[in-house]
Amino acid sequence: MLAHEARIAYKMGKGEFNVGGRVEPLLAIRDLHTVFRAGTGIVRAVDGVSWDVGPGETVAIVGESGSGKSVTALSVLRLIAEPAGRITAGEIWFDGRDLLQLLPDAMRAVRGGDIGMVFQEPMTSLNPVLTIGRQITETLEQHRGLDRAAAYKRAMELLVMVGIADAGRRLKQYPHQLSGGMRQRVMIAIALACEPKLIIADEPTTALDVTIQAQILELMKALTRRLGVALVIITHNLGVVARYANRVNVMYAGRIVESGPAADIYHHPQHPYTMALLRSVPRLDRPRRARLNPVEGQPPDLTRLDAGCAFRPRCRFAVAPCAEAPPALTAAVNPGHLSACFRAEDLAVSGEAA
Amino acid sequence: MSGAFAPPLLDVRGLRMHFPVVEGIISRRKIGEVKAVDGIDFTMQRGETLGLVGESGCGKTTTGRCILRLERPTEGAIIYDGTDIATLAQKDLRALRRRIQVVFQDPYSSLNPRMKVGDIIGEPMKVHGIEPDVAKRSTRVRELLHICGLNPRFVDRYPHEMSGGQRQRIGIARALALEPEFIVCDEAVSALDVSIQAQVINLLEDLREQFHLTYLFIAHDLSVVRHICHRVAVMYLGRIVELANADELFGHPLHPYTQALLAAVPVPDPTVETARTFRPVQGEVPSPINPPSGCVFHPRCPAAVAGCRSARPAMRELRPGHFVACTEAG
Repeated sequence: MLAHEARIAYKMGKGEFNVGGRVEPLLAIRDLHTVFRAGTGIVRAVDGVSWDVGPGETVAIVGESGSGKSVTALSVLRLIAEPAGRITAGEIWFDGRDLLQLLPDAMRAVRGGDIGMVFQEPMTSLNPVLTIGRQITETLEQHRGLDRAAAYKRAMELLVMVGIADAGRRLKQYPHQLSGGMRQRVMIAIALACEPKLIIADEPTTALDVTIQAQILELMKALTRRLGVALVIITHNLGVVARYANRVNVMYAGRIVESGPAADIYHHPQHPYTMALLRSVPRLDRPRRARLNPVEGQPPDLTRLDAGCAFRPRCRFAVAPCAEAPPALTAAVNPGHLSACFRAEDLAVSGEAA
Repeated sequence: MSGAFAPPLLDVRGLRMHFPVVEGIISRRKIGEVKAVDGIDFTMQRGETLGLVGESGCGKTTTGRCILRLERPTEGAIIYDGTDIATLAQKDLRALRRRIQVVFQDPYSSLNPRMKVGDIIGEPMKVHGIEPDVAKRSTRVRELLHICGLNPRFVDRYPHEMSGGQRQRIGIARALALEPEFIVCDEAVSALDVSIQAQVINLLEDLREQFHLTYLFIAHDLSVVRHICHRVAVMYLGRIVELANADELFGHPLHPYTQALLAAVPVPDPTVETARTFRPVQGEVPSPINPPSGCVFHPRCPAAVAGCRSARPAMRELRPGHFVACTEAG
């Protein structure tokens, strides 16, 4: 605990992550690097990423396919498939321990115990040949040492909590007998089973219809608030983030390009990528525009990144230094709002909101 | 859009598509029907974009497949430019395919991975004997690539060498190869990343203008639909529950389902989102094998009254051009 505090204090002292006098984070990721071997070279899927989650806080990681948002989450859980992928550097402090230093057994106790997980595809993350009941009780028996009867009783409570009617019958059913929304409720029940401090949800509603998406997100929000669980929500949906997150980290090509409170990011974006992204989406709450303003160009090929800022080829604010080195993630105007752009100050001053 | 009195390009009347549910391996018995599309009517004018929205299983894709005649409808008429195509024989379909084309959702599975981009786009012309001359065909393919915002040098590449957005542009170029007048866009931008989606939407709009295309735009993303469509039909469990001009529908949704759908869409603005009190519609979409009686939305509907359980509500024109299948609306 002491070593951990000292380390955080040291980092904070350097001013790198001093985010407005917040309490000590529950999860603190420091300079994480995760690489994959690909046919054509090394892909730096996560390239020096740092972020925090406070107790009970909801933090969103936003980005497009290949930006490294899911790989970051998998790295936290140490679920990167070796030997193709490897965490090459960094620290992941959770509740006083660096998860990257834990032995496999200790890590297994964290996964599904202190950290719950909800993935995108409830059909592929549930075991098709085990009943719903068995999949919930297994977690409870493994992590909490409950006997069958007690685990079963708790499983009933959990299903009721996530809004599944007729819990007794559902426990005896198999995943294919449930609808997509229902399966995702079961995933949430499993994630909450061991009273975790943190839940990591990777695109939890992307595969669901919009009315079901709304139900599931409301459920996650209500439960995490009531139980005081911190939530990391990984998504590409800017609307979902706006509805649920306290703080937002925007990822592009393996790096965080902007980080801050949700309102600041949406109303005063300070990175050209965030600005372009927010302008490009059609919005139901605004008058219809004649034309959309797309982010021009193609997403970067991670095997062919050069030394400069990865967004440079698509950026209309790019200047000469952008080609030399990727800009550091620093505060341009207010301390809690970080941007990895040499021109963040100009962008903030010009007040060019989305 | 052409004048209101011009005959519609497409007139769909009482369209039904029921798929049998069978049981047994040796003696197959029909035990029920999936009522994927259960009696829908709509018309489309030349040059118009009609949006078909709804959740999975509402029948929007099946409707598109019936118009493409990838399915033979169980019942109803699909009158395209004066001809009922619902009952057209297989041999007469080839001519239809020249006029009605499709862009699919998934640019990863809708392009043959073993064919070069140039062959993918050139194949429809070869099949339909439009440009038998190889050199001319290859010029035309390059031209199509250029029109769709791709480098003409891509003809020798394979789909796996392209990004998702580029692949979708190839799918669009292939659809344009036969110079069709009507394109079914089935979730054509849904699989694309946010930053690429706007590029492809703009391309579709430019092409509509340039080639006077008519789009049936099937999608579940309501913000995209509002942006691109002139009129929108909302489907639920095989039926159209509301149909209106896009601005009208999004400005004054009258059906409780449309209202629930619109309320469920989060907008990218934390201030708006924290200010609104939100109660998602309860329950899930029932099975189309055994849909609820009367109005199919009644079990989830906050405005349902006793009568909703017995009679299927008829489409009523509550405001000019705004049709709603709800007895309580208005």
